[in-house]
Amino acid sequence: MAEETTYLIRGAAILGGDAEDLLIRDGVIAARGADLSQTDAAADMAARAIVIAADGLVALPGMVDVHTHLREPGREDAETVETGTRAAALGGFTAVHAMANSTPVADTAGVVEQVYSLGRAAGWVDVRPVGAVTVGLAGEQLAELGAMADSRAQVRMFSDDGICVHDPVLMRRALEYVKAFDGVVAQHAQEPRLTAGAQMNEGEVSAVLGLTGWPAVAEESIIARDVLLAQHVGSRLHVCHVSTAGSVEIIRWAKSRGINVTAEVTPHHLLLTDDLVRSYDPVYKVNPPLRTNDDVQALRAALADGTIDVVGTDHAPHPSEHKECEWAQAAMGMTGLETALSVVQHAMIETGLMTWADFARATSTAPAGIGRLADQGRPLEKGEPANIVLVDPAARWTVDPSVMATMGRNSPFRGMELPGKVVATFFKGHPTVLDGKLNTPYRYPSEAPVAGAAGAN
Amino acid sequence: MKHLLSTEDLSLANAVRILDTAEEMSSVGEREVKKLPALRGRTVVNLFFEDSTRTRISFEAAAKRLSADVINFAAKGSSVSKGESLKDTAQTLSAMGADAVVIRHWASGAPHRLAATDWIDAAVINAGDGTHEHPTQALLDAFTMRRHWTKLSGLPSAGADLRGMRVAIAGDVLHSRVARSNVWLLRTLGADVTLVAPPTLLPIGVERWPCSISYDMDETLEKGVDAVMMLRVQGERMNASFFPSTREYSRRWGFDDNRLRALDSLGLKDTIIMHPGPMNRGLEISAAAADSPRSTVLAQVKNGVSIRMAALYLLLSGDTREPAATLKESN
Repeated sequence: MAEETTYLIRGAAILGGDAEDLLIRDGVIAARGADLSQTDAAADMAARAIVIAADGLVALPGMVDVHTHLREPGREDAETVETGTRAAALGGFTAVHAMANSTPVADTAGVVEQVYSLGRAAGWVDVRPVGAVTVGLAGEQLAELGAMADSRAQVRMFSDDGICVHDPVLMRRALEYVKAFDGVVAQHAQEPRLTAGAQMNEGEVSAVLGLTGWPAVAEESIIARDVLLAQHVGSRLHVCHVSTAGSVEIIRWAKSRGINVTAEVTPHHLLLTDDLVRSYDPVYKVNPPLRTNDDVQALRAALADGTIDVVGTDHAPHPSEHKECEWAQAAMGMTGLETALSVVQHAMIETGLMTWADFARATSTAPAGIGRLADQGRPLEKGEPANIVLVDPAARWTVDPSVMATMGRNSPFRGMELPGKVVATFFKGHPTVLDGKLNTPYRYPSEAPVAGAAGAN
Repeated sequence: MKHLLSTEDLSLANAVRILDTAEEMSSVGEREVKKLPALRGRTVVNLFFEDSTRTRISFEAAAKRLSADVINFAAKGSSVSKGESLKDTAQTLSAMGADAVVIRHWASGAPHRLAATDWIDAAVINAGDGTHEHPTQALLDAFTMRRHWTKLSGLPSAGADLRGMRVAIAGDVLHSRVARSNVWLLRTLGADVTLVAPPTLLPIGVERWPCSISYDMDETLEKGVDAVMMLRVQGERMNASFFPSTREYSRRWGFDDNRLRALDSLGLKDTIIMHPGPMNRGLEISAAAADSPRSTVLAQVKNGVSIRMAALYLLLSGDTREPAATLKESN
């Protein structure tokens, strides 16, 4: 059933600017303006609308994550499309890119269509599957990228994330091949020989802790190679989770040369450093690893000046037994969907490095552009799709992983007090989140009702 | 002290207290009946995830001389090899009433995990974790050096530190928990430490350590040194290109017969040669050096029992005159 209800968001600061009203109907923004109930054209609709008082709230375009691990199919003990997208909606997202390292790997049209269908059945956000670059993420043979692009899932982003496409010839061919359907190769930049057995950032702290180092050069050398390959074949490269100051310099250089490269940074790399590893608590184990404070400051500056285009969560839930163990035994990864907005507000907005308009660019407009999502990351203007998030920037909350919607309890922000709270999320004009709580999922007209999909689990 | 996890944050007072207590314990080893009743009725578990007969029997002897009940839990041939987690193993030992867990683990930080979590509430002693630390080895090394150093100065050993002593630690620092623990403890005790190693076997970040770095063994000797500690080098490191060949390693960084003679010609008559064992004779240390009167290798082994008695005694006897200096913040 299409969304019949009309919503009037009253008095929200649009992108942090002046307070205006937004009227939402039939999945789109029907009107925008100051005090719409007094405006002739919109007054009628406004009078019948459900009013959402938004004084003090900031209205932003729904966030788009270029980097999410939903774990389904295969690791439903870690996360499912249903639980992961609930977490996404609560975090202010209206679209996520589901990484390909599921079991089976998302390297065929069949698997990406399955994930796509699961996403539509869940109805909390747009789920955009990422296709594997190589069969089985094995780095040996190109997966059927064209078939995934032509599938119902319309894959545009391809990545072996978790594993680097380290063979330079294979990387070159992938970059060339995706030009046929306007695709992008999202590279997990990690030279494998330089990082054999790597446990944490290589530097002062790893020297003391006796943990095998993951040197910055292993990331930077791959990025340097890849931007040159992208230039050579005239293709589009996206660099996942940039983590070092040196990587920033290379990407800045590449952009100045006109190379078509985009880059992403995770919230955790904007806030946390490798000093936390001194606890040996594997909740801080992640790939690429937490780096130094100099790296954190360089990443913040790069996100602010646009050298790094987007924030990607690299949301990576794990069952508790994969973290309640020795550091070396533990899985790499952190949850991030429900803390991303707050961490970015804390690291970028409250430090004066970015405005809310910049936030909208880095979390919505730019990532939608990279993923080629036509109806995401749009301006909050009349006639545009109503993918909107309302944020209370004055709220303060203490992170408690045990009450999160994600099945993963591995949040490195556990116990931290962070600013900013998602009050409401509108996905295709439907409130998936209201009053900071999950509401109901969006139902696609042709697919409703889907048995069991809306049930609590 | 609740745990003994590392020497990095062991205070000078606690370090000296352990060394002084070990002096008292060493006298027990001289008696006909080598036993004290101090830990009667207490249970010490030796939890070994990595083979180390030397360290295990040293802890076992120490615990038995203090009359503790000792349980040896070797990971091989146990439930651990069937995939039981450290958490489940720890909770099992806790349920069985272990008062202290002596843990040797191939993973750096495993003892910290035991100490920081609520899996087990026993005292944790790090008996070597990965390439991180081996605090009782460093303490027994310091004990050995202190006896030597105070004998030279004619002062009593008790209460003394190692101020002014020049110590060279040579070999595979990168992979050595012994080197790390020694660097921190010797700093705390006031010694001047020089690490001597090929650049490939020093960790990135070592320049921030409280010690000097040298790539030249002969130059280090010429500058004068009071103790030379040779670290074990594994020949397999050659295959990972840490050095070209064992012979080249031996020539440049080993303590060979030429360097043994050099000590005499340099007038370093009181310089001791140390090794934590097990030795690779002919690789990092020549047979003549290992067997020379300068060698303290067997004294180190003997002192190890005294140090481990002291550690167990101080952790389990309820002597808590000072707050735990080694307990990192838990969560």
